[in-house]
Amino acid sequence: MPVGDLLPEIVLLVGAVAIVLLAAFTPHERQHWGAWLALFVLAVSFGLTWSQWSSLPRTTFSGVWAMDGPAIAAKGLILVGGAIAVLLSPAWMLTDRRHGEYYALVLFALLGAIMMASANDAMELIVGVLLSSVASYPLVAYHRGWSPGLEAAMKYFLIGALTNTLLATGVVILFGLAGDTDYAHLDERLATQGGDQFALSIATMGIVIGLSFKLAAFPGHAWMPDVAQGAPAPVAALLSVVPKVGAAVALARFVSILPESVAWAPIVALIAVVTMTLGNLAALRQTDVRRLLGWSSVSQSGYALMAVVVIGTAQAMTALLGFMLAYLLANLAAFGVVTHLRGRTCLADYHGLARTQPLIATVLILALLSLVGIPPLVGFFGKFLLFEATMAAGYAWLAVVAVINTVLSLFYYLRVIAAMAFQPGQAEIPTLGRSSALAMLISAILLLVTSLGVQGGMAMSPMLHLVTP
Amino acid sequence: MILTLALVIPWLGALALALLPGWTQSQARWVAVGSAGLSLLALVFAWTGFNPAGPLFQHIDEVRWVPSLGVAYRVGADGIALAVATMSAVLFVAAILYPVDTRGQPRQYYAWLVFLQGASLGVFLTLDLLLFYVFFDLTLVGMFFLIGRWGHGEAQTAALKFFLYTFAGSLLMLLGIIGLYLSLETPTFDMRVLIAEQPLAGTGAYAGLVFLALMLGLAIKTPLVPLHTWLPQAHVDAPGPASAVLAGVLLKLGTFGMIRLPFAMMAETFARYALPVAIIALVAILYGALVALGQSNLKRRIAYTSINHMGYTVLGIAVAAALVTDNPMVRQLALTGATVEMVAHGLITGALFLISGSFWQRTGDYALDNYGGLAYQAPLLTGFTVLASFASLGMPGLAGFVAEFQIFTGTFAVYPWLAVLGVVGILITAALFLDMLRRLFFGHLPTHLGQFSELSRTEWSVLGGLSLGIVIIGVYPRFLLTLIDASSAILVGGR
Repeated sequence: MPVGDLLPEIVLLVGAVAIVLLAAFTPHERQHWGAWLALFVLAVSFGLTWSQWSSLPRTTFSGVWAMDGPAIAAKGLILVGGAIAVLLSPAWMLTDRRHGEYYALVLFALLGAIMMASANDAMELIVGVLLSSVASYPLVAYHRGWSPGLEAAMKYFLIGALTNTLLATGVVILFGLAGDTDYAHLDERLATQGGDQFALSIATMGIVIGLSFKLAAFPGHAWMPDVAQGAPAPVAALLSVVPKVGAAVALARFVSILPESVAWAPIVALIAVVTMTLGNLAALRQTDVRRLLGWSSVSQSGYALMAVVVIGTAQAMTALLGFMLAYLLANLAAFGVVTHLRGRTCLADYHGLARTQPLIATVLILALLSLVGIPPLVGFFGKFLLFEATMAAGYAWLAVVAVINTVLSLFYYLRVIAAMAFQPGQAEIPTLGRSSALAMLISAILLLVTSLGVQGGMAMSPMLHLVTP
Repeated sequence: MILTLALVIPWLGALALALLPGWTQSQARWVAVGSAGLSLLALVFAWTGFNPAGPLFQHIDEVRWVPSLGVAYRVGADGIALAVATMSAVLFVAAILYPVDTRGQPRQYYAWLVFLQGASLGVFLTLDLLLFYVFFDLTLVGMFFLIGRWGHGEAQTAALKFFLYTFAGSLLMLLGIIGLYLSLETPTFDMRVLIAEQPLAGTGAYAGLVFLALMLGLAIKTPLVPLHTWLPQAHVDAPGPASAVLAGVLLKLGTFGMIRLPFAMMAETFARYALPVAIIALVAILYGALVALGQSNLKRRIAYTSINHMGYTVLGIAVAAALVTDNPMVRQLALTGATVEMVAHGLITGALFLISGSFWQRTGDYALDNYGGLAYQAPLLTGFTVLASFASLGMPGLAGFVAEFQIFTGTFAVYPWLAVLGVVGILITAALFLDMLRRLFFGHLPTHLGQFSELSRTEWSVLGGLSLGIVIIGVYPRFLLTLIDASSAILVGGR
């Protein structure tokens, strides 16, 4: 068995176990060691992932595990996002009596997302989705005495249970149709034998809905605003970005093995349109910043799905990952600000922030403008690549819908910016700690650096094609 | 190199103002004036080094940025860009010098103004289509903060409306830009390649859609009736100097964009739709003038005359694009006229908005009915307002006349009946400005204006500088026309 191919994942797993053991034997005041251990593990795993990059696209473990450009790039994104979320956590979790295990759960959630991105087999996909979900539910409910958190976790769990079941059902039907779960074989059999179109459509629907839960896209999106509002802020940061990266690549991988006859492209396009419009409309009137960010995160998934619609074309995977990178950094910076401000969430509490805390306000303004796609921030390049890929593939109408939605979204992002920059504010605004400030600044700096270093990302685009088909 | 300097210096100034705390009001102002002035100096230098007999674009700088997308840092200027950019820099220096209440945040106010200068000059001077879009959007960000933070009345609503409306326009333009980009064999954003290849010539409906997206986006910015509704409110609630920049510089981005993108890059398509565009421009001319006549708010009235004047510019561009006559001289005349109109309108309306800012600083009131009899009280203010108003209504010997004369001569040769109808617009403009002057400066002096003070030294020297420019262009337009003709001749294919 080529165990070496899985080194980054094995490191994560061993690290998580070590953290659980560490947490069991350390007193409360040293529980935050788990965070530093987790960061170390993430750094090692990132280094190992980096060293995999040069290799040619291939599969390993008899074809179930993809090691192609998209998988490795997604892995890198997931690890970076995870590291920032971990760095946000120690100051936030300080008062929790047992927070050592928290970091182990984060690592498991990351591992699940990585499995989603790399799975080249429907069974493997289920394992990834479940691992990521199971580790995420307790993270949302980590503040055991806080009822909004528990409510969010309950909602998250119920929607998750339903959609995961649909996913499993879809995979089972697919297995029944083609007699295999390996994507390479599935691709072959679905292309050659006509099979039962109706059953194939049902299976596709189940799997797409199952992944929509992880993507926070319609119809599995309803948990996102609640989690953004009720979960511990670093967890909201983590769950609004990391599972999406894994699920986006997983969905792209899955739809590209489907035969033309399933008409999946119009379906995904429809989901994209509904998701972005719904998210934006719901965010429009929010006066709660965390909820607003949650709905904005839903709408951003809609944009990402535009790339999945045209995934067969040359630029689509670059667009998908480029957009995800931009979204990930901007959203982490935004949630970093929320965390650093001790999770303050009412829009009225942000009044005058530009005057009392200019640095923090600047980070949030940059993050929000990047989410809109104002150039030259990296969010602009993400959207630009999306528009270009969809227009080149003849989906100009989709780009037009996305443009209308972008204007719509500008309205609520500007409301937050206006509250910070134009309103008079209160004098004293408490902040969290040095580690959260650091995490917030790192994500902001990464946002600016990637904006300038777009060429570096574009240079990778020739390697970003899927191993199957 | 010289154009890069003109772009970078304001941004360095903005950066210094934004990052280094502890500037006082006057220090901050002088840093801003210094960086804006140096940038202006660089542009003047570029102007003197411009060879009218040379190639279309000169002073070119190019640095690799994202080669895999065909994006690069490319700057360069033709005569049209250089003329409009220099006018913009002059106006920025004037706007920065003009006294304004910075509400305890001078650093931020001046930082945003010089940032806006860098972004606006970027639009005029870049030769990369993507960079054009980048700068185009950055001007929105700068103006949003200037209106929202230092405006009055419903400043936040005005800022929000301005940003949303014009951002919708720029996104439409982005779709058009991508459409243009994808139509090339090897996609690139190099404007020179796009102008040379005319990639959409003969592609029918697709070209029409791209043209529509570009024109709609630019028409919102210009603004053309019926896409003008964001303009009056943004103007009324913005601080005086920001209004001057908005009317003098930001509106030019729309018309300049029309010359640079659809006119230069898809000449054949523009020729096909020239008549509808010209008719819409005529509607803007008449509608803008008539609505301005009906306004009793000083700033609204000036704002609507902007719509009227930008209508002249668009009419000139449309005439220059039409292939009705074989005579390139006529089309060149119209294009040159449109460019001179941009320069003249920038200086004239800039001056008028600065003046309205002075009114606001003194009384906090724009209602024309509350004024009167100020001619004795403030002779200098009266003099400058009269000069700018007469220039705006097209009095011979002043800048506006040179522009409108050329535009209407060109139009008369191509669409005679449009020219006849358009001249009515000038008539209405004359009426509305004379009415405005009467209500402000003549008749009884209301008692509450007894303390109304004359222009301060800074105010009249800034207005004096702008007025000097208006008179020089009116009396001796040669120096400007040589520069512009060099490029318009190439663009209409006469050379």
